[in-house]
Amino acid sequence: MGKENATWREATIAGLVLEPGCTAEYNTGTWRVLRPVHDMSKCTHCLICWVYCPDAAIIVEDGRWVRFDYYHCKGCGICANECPVKVEAHEHTGKAGKVIQMVEEKVQETCEK
Amino acid sequence: MALEGAHASAQAMRQINPDVVAAYPITPQTAVVQTFSQYVADGEVDTEFIAVESEHAAMSACIGAAAAGGRVMTATSANGLALMWEELYIAASLRLPIVMTVVNRALSAPLNIHCDHSDSMGARDAGWIQLYSETGQEAYDNTIQAMRIAEHPDLLLPVMVMQDGFITGHAVELVEVADDTAVREFIGTYTPKYSLLDIDHPITFGAWDLWDYYFEHKRQQTDALSKAMKVIVDVGQEFGKTFGRTYGIFDPYAMDDAELAIIVLSSTAGTARTVVRELRKKGLKIGLLKLRVFRPFPAQELVAALKDVKAVAVLDRSISFGAMEGAGPVFLEVCAALFAAGAAQKVVNYIYGLGGRDVLPEYIERVASDLREIAETGKVKTLVNYLGLRE
Ligand code: SF4
Ligand code: SF4
Repeated sequence: MGKENATWREATIAGLVLEPGCTAEYNTGTWRVLRPVHDMSKCTHCLICWVYCPDAAIIVEDGRWVRFDYYHCKGCGICANECPVKVEAHEHTGKAGKVIQMVEEKVQETCEK
Repeated sequence: MALEGAHASAQAMRQINPDVVAAYPITPQTAVVQTFSQYVADGEVDTEFIAVESEHAAMSACIGAAAAGGRVMTATSANGLALMWEELYIAASLRLPIVMTVVNRALSAPLNIHCDHSDSMGARDAGWIQLYSETGQEAYDNTIQAMRIAEHPDLLLPVMVMQDGFITGHAVELVEVADDTAVREFIGTYTPKYSLLDIDHPITFGAWDLWDYYFEHKRQQTDALSKAMKVIVDVGQEFGKTFGRTYGIFDPYAMDDAELAIIVLSSTAGTARTVVRELRKKGLKIGLLKLRVFRPFPAQELVAALKDVKAVAVLDRSISFGAMEGAGPVFLEVCAALFAAGAAQKVVNYIYGLGGRDVLPEYIERVASDLREIAETGKVKTLVNYLGLRE
């Protein structure tokens, strides 16, 4: 992305982004109003959520679901929609529904692990 | 060759042999793309011709092709140019060296297909370089130079080349068409600095640019335009060495000892020059400045060229609606340039030729006699006047 706070002489011509993957350096989680929460005990690690997440905000290691990258998760809810596994009572929300559920950003403290 | 002005532009396009032309026909520009598409069909050029559904799409396709690294051209007129409006800004702000022929025509309403400059003047702040041509020859020469100017590494700015609809666009005159190889050598090959097709160096064009950088990018753009005058002059000189017709910022006629001056764009310069020549024979110290470059506006150069003149008349073929007394855009720029330089000349404006209204030599004679009176009395009676209007 080049130098931070570049002057008009230093900035890239026409605002071109000269390298790929620049959003890795860009915190896209700042505008989130809903946050996805995950129930590890019921997750089958099918990784369908990982496939559908448009922001690469689901971190997988050794073929297993590990965590959300909340710096990049923009709260679109696609993962929660696509997860095929249902739960009776979600570990964090207590509600019936998917392994991933969306909660308001302000209740995050109760869900942080 | 005996050519219509529009065909002269098409000849230049054929010799430039751009990678992509995306265009939509509109009178009086149609003759340009129609002729060019025949060259495509006959295999005389390697150009990818994109027949689009509107001028908005034409400029969008040009922007995409230019961002991909192509040498790109198009042509339009009047409402077609107006329909391109938002894309004109994008082309300039993305610093894409697109060259466009504009065959000037009045903007609707009422519907009118004849010449005035309201179309290109409406686009004057879009960030394009604007060159105006008096004849078919100039339209041809300017088109070839435009490619070099646009692609200059200090600029990377799109260029519009204007000529007067029907007056030169459809009038047949002798046009010296250079040798194909000479034109190709003059324009050279284009190597884009950034290209979407360069997969070894992936880039993003047109990214999100908020309060944090938009301002800096606009400042860069205006800086590039400020460098354009030198490039335009250099290319005009080099063109003269190669093809024998040298071009500058404006074309002065009888200006050396002139006390009165007329400023005009495009084909009306021909009529005005004839009148000035006759008046000179009668001893009137009058001269003519034909502006070739309107964007960027050559303020300093104009102030220098007018320094010994007492009174200046600016002829405008369009109205800047709502501007001071309904003046024309060229007049406003000339006034601003002279005022900022602290110059003391009296300046007067004449609106003429709207919607293709004829410009008769008597009209220019009236301008000259008004100028004489202004120089003698030091007073401008009416700031904005009309030539050939039924009053
Ligand atoms: S909410 Fe959207 S961005 Fe966040 S992890 Fe789910 S799919 Fe990805
Ligand atoms: S889609 Fe649901 S079950 Fe599959 S890995 Fe993601 S959270 Fe686990």
